[in-house]
Amino acid sequence: MSLVNYATREITCKIVYYGPGRSGKTTNLHYIYGQVPEDRKGKMVSLATQTDRTLFFDFLPLDLGQISGFTTKFQLYTVPGQVYYQTTRKLVLQGADGVVFVGDSQARQLQENIESMQDLHANLAEQGIDARQIPLVIQYNKQDLPSDLILGVPDLEDALNFWGAPHFAADALHGHGVFETLRGISELVLRKLSAGAGAR
Amino acid sequence: MQPDARFRFENFVVGSANRLAVAAARAVAESPGAAYNPLFIYSASGLGKTHLAGAIGNHARQLQPTLQVEYVTLDDFMEQLHAAISIGQTATFTQRYQHVDILLLDDVQFLTGRRETQTEMLRLFNALAGTGRQIVMTSDRPPNEIADVDERLVTRLAGGLIVDIGAPDYETRVAILRNKCDERGVALRPNVLEELAKTEYGNVRELQGALNRIIAQQQLGGPVRTDQVRVVLGEPAPAWRAPTPAKERGGEYMSFLSDVASVVAQNVEGWRMRLSEAVAYWNGEGYRTQVLERALHMPKAPDIEGLLGMYTAAVERLRALEQEVNAIDPALGASEVFRDPERVRDAEDVVRRAEAGEVPPPGPSSAFTRAGFEVSPSNQLAVKAADAVAADPGGKYNPLFVHGPSGVGKTHLANAIGNEIVEASGGAIGVSFVSAGEFIDELIAALQDGTLERWRARYRAAGALIIDDIQFMAGKERTQEELFHIFNALHGAGKQIVLTSDREPKDLDGLEERLRSRFEGGLVVGISSPDRALREKLYARYLSLVEPPPEDGLLEYLSDRPASSVREIIGTVNRLVAAADVAGVSLNVDLARKELEGVGSAPAPAPVNARAMDAFFLDDEKVVWDWPDVAGRAIEEWR
Repeated sequence: MSLVNYATREITCKIVYYGPGRSGKTTNLHYIYGQVPEDRKGKMVSLATQTDRTLFFDFLPLDLGQISGFTTKFQLYTVPGQVYYQTTRKLVLQGADGVVFVGDSQARQLQENIESMQDLHANLAEQGIDARQIPLVIQYNKQDLPSDLILGVPDLEDALNFWGAPHFAADALHGHGVFETLRGISELVLRKLSAGAGAR
Repeated sequence: MQPDARFRFENFVVGSANRLAVAAARAVAESPGAAYNPLFIYSASGLGKTHLAGAIGNHARQLQPTLQVEYVTLDDFMEQLHAAISIGQTATFTQRYQHVDILLLDDVQFLTGRRETQTEMLRLFNALAGTGRQIVMTSDRPPNEIADVDERLVTRLAGGLIVDIGAPDYETRVAILRNKCDERGVALRPNVLEELAKTEYGNVRELQGALNRIIAQQQLGGPVRTDQVRVVLGEPAPAWRAPTPAKERGGEYMSFLSDVASVVAQNVEGWRMRLSEAVAYWNGEGYRTQVLERALHMPKAPDIEGLLGMYTAAVERLRALEQEVNAIDPALGASEVFRDPERVRDAEDVVRRAEAGEVPPPGPSSAFTRAGFEVSPSNQLAVKAADAVAADPGGKYNPLFVHGPSGVGKTHLANAIGNEIVEASGGAIGVSFVSAGEFIDELIAALQDGTLERWRARYRAAGALIIDDIQFMAGKERTQEELFHIFNALHGAGKQIVLTSDREPKDLDGLEERLRSRFEGGLVVGISSPDRALREKLYARYLSLVEPPPEDGLLEYLSDRPASSVREIIGTVNRLVAAADVAGVSLNVDLARKELEGVGSAPAPAPVNARAMDAFFLDDEKVVWDWPDVAGRAIEEWR
């Protein structure tokens, strides 16, 4: 899927929220959905299990309307974080224009974060994408938890962000950092508009 | 008119309520015609629409002094238009605006109901947008809420970017007030401005008015203290009147949106925008644009000016060629080559060939097929000959001369021969079909225009020639002479000639002997009036189309009746269907007998069509219904 189609005047951005289970990906999308004005609200599709874990994936279409004469649409997806939904993750990742890695700041979740990040790299590589080339930002979620339970941003940076992607501290439940993250990834993705994007 | 020079971006205070609008306006000023076209700014009154529009104009001129910028309110625009119309100078009016690089149109909400202005504006929009010129409009409401505006115009108004300006928030209000104080060189006590800004004015003008009161009070009675602000302003200022404050609509989302908009504006490539606009425009004009579309997908900007220039030049050339070819033969102008700027050469070729007369006259009508021609003893000889000709054009019977009374299917058969020849040769043989009447008219036109050579050449270029109703050439000496030469040329080249006539060659009075002998030199076959077998076939075919199906026996009855031509048979069926409709019954023998033989029924009186009558006659009181009889009239006169 190409990011921009000059002929039909459309910009379509697919952004995938990636990360370990229960790190708050769906919460991000819910918060964003809650902020969309009523008249612009599309339908958020969430296929969740009975215990509220994302079974398949969440899909939030954002119709931004006319921007610069382009019909601009964002598609926000989350992948199921649980290890055993590997196939779904690969499927959702296909054709992504940008990835938000939502990390869980809890100290005891560090290993899950690392594994999920490795999983992301592997899945991207499988699709022939170098993780350093695709627009990617990292969100350190749950920074609102008591400080003795979580790792600080510098520690997390050391553990996860070894190539210096933009990062955001967040408390997705209350919305802190959610839009900052979305803005960060959007900017990275949209910069690609000018880099010979029409040729794709 | 130039925009007011005081309106600049530098003195426009940017806040969350207008960030998007300002970003868009800046993008437009920096690359007019490329980023957002048209830009539509709307807001409640007094929030800075006119300021922004003016700032676009001024900033753009600052960057490119050669740009022609025009600021006009819709009111002035209409006035100018009316003035132009009254002196019959609409074209000059449109032209004047067509050369503007940036058109700033203020207060377009007044378009409501102005049909004339809308039409003119639509035309102007198309012209401006087609040449990549920028249009900026302001209004107090979004395009789709401007009542009574042509749908096409609305879509154009909304086709670029629509941004609104909300009421200023507290911080913006403070900034605006500070700006105003600086402009006027007024110093107020600390916190006075902040206190003033706490009142949520719905627009900047009211805010300014309040500031003016404070300043006036200060000049009269010395510095105003913070606690005096409320008193000076009298009543607490009116509550927030903005339509929907940004916060309620999800401030985070809106600011995200404005960020996205500015990133897009920065990153969208102007050349691709221009190309895609050109593609849309020329597609709308009916031209093919693959060459532009291919360029659109190139990784790097090609020479856009050169490319568009070449494309436009090619279109111009095509238009000229199309005009030329239309003068020769309008049918050729419809050709696809005149719509494809990549095929200018082909188009030139078509014109050249048309001029040289190498394009033969139009072919037979595909509506007449051989399969649709019913065969019976009355026409089987002609059909056999036709089939032979179609199988071996120019070989066996050349010319084929088909004669017979009017309406027996000569034209159908002649067309069918033509179609068969075209089909059998896979289109290699171009068959020309012309009626003698057209042939004569064309000759006269060619003599008038001095294009006789071309006209002759066209007929000589035909792969086969079919002339219908040759009897109309009787007595036309010049036509016969031309036909004689064409006939010889085609015949000599072994090309098939088919002629139809209402009588045999020997009965054609006023036909030159040399033509007659040539017509008789091939095969002369006749078609006679439909015999019973043919009548039955034809009636069966036409009756089968009738709903509900007619009664049994009708076919027999009708087939037994003589008919001089196929046309008469069709006419009879139509007449019966109409009669059955009126009577409200299905077709049957009784009805047919009644209708065709007039048995058992007086001619139906013409129905009185009351509705068509003048209303006057419907007034009972005014119409004399009972004329006095003769005796009565005599008595009347005698009195």
